[in-house]
Amino acid sequence: MSFDDWALAVHVLSAFAYVGGIVLFWVLVVAVRRVDTPEGTLRMAPIVKVGNAAVGVGATGTIVVGIYLAFALDSYAIWNGWIIAALVLWAISAEFGRRTGAAYMQGMDKATELDAAGEGGANAELLALNRTSAGLVLHALTSLTVLLILIDMIFKPGA
Amino acid sequence: MTILATIRPHSWDFPLFLHVLGAMILVGGLLTGASSLALARGDVRYLRLGYFSLLAVALPGWILMRIGAEWIASKEGWTAKGAPTPTWLGIGFVLADAGGLILLVSLVAGGIGVRRLRAHKGTGLLKATLVLSIALLAAYIVAVWAMAGKPN
Repeated sequence: MSFDDWALAVHVLSAFAYVGGIVLFWVLVVAVRRVDTPEGTLRMAPIVKVGNAAVGVGATGTIVVGIYLAFALDSYAIWNGWIIAALVLWAISAEFGRRTGAAYMQGMDKATELDAAGEGGANAELLALNRTSAGLVLHALTSLTVLLILIDMIFKPGA
Repeated sequence: MTILATIRPHSWDFPLFLHVLGAMILVGGLLTGASSLALARGDVRYLRLGYFSLLAVALPGWILMRIGAEWIASKEGWTAKGAPTPTWLGIGFVLADAGGLILLVSLVAGGIGVRRLRAHKGTGLLKATLVLSIALLAAYIVAVWAMAGKPN
């Protein structure tokens, strides 16, 4: 395998990590909708860290190695339409992802606050925060944007 | 590799898309299942979450990945009689099929484990499911590397 073959493998593995993290967050988004206690919410934090690591490594790996490949491989150029589209979609997905995280962190912060105050029982406000509609819509938009990147990468429109 | 990617007929794109999308969902389901089972620390909710991630996410992902694999392999002519099997394709098929079997075993073990949880009979089978899902995740990372880098 040449260095570029390895780079392509790392690029694709990063994409799997990125999508794997998004899938993990879908499961958590569904699961947290029934969680109304601080303890139940805070128990998700370690799994959230796994998802954050997967998304962070995946998003960074795809963009860094992807840009390298666009310059290294003769058959692709950074100004190809489908590569520019992928870069734009990547930036949009990163911003949607950041906003999704912020929306769901409100529930985590509230749980931490309640836990510190010794209020361990069911809490309606916490349940409402865990069921954030904004977070759900933002996560759906993140997923849709990443799906468009995958379609763009495979169909390579205009190539 | 690069030339192949460039000249790939567009009629191959959709089966390849299904194959890759299924594999990504499979890996995501395994990541979620393994994480939830590993980090549950005995909490029944997260043990169940881990098991149902494998059942409701990883299994459908495996089915989509395997259907896409057969379709794209057929389109590319790898399934024709007498066609050679390159190393990367051999690795992919072996890991996909053996992995599917292991996934089924882990789901059966996990299903019994979840039933035993209700009866407060311990989490041994779910620990076995965790070990199998981590092994599967590692195997599919190797498969993705082989499919993308195409060694030999």
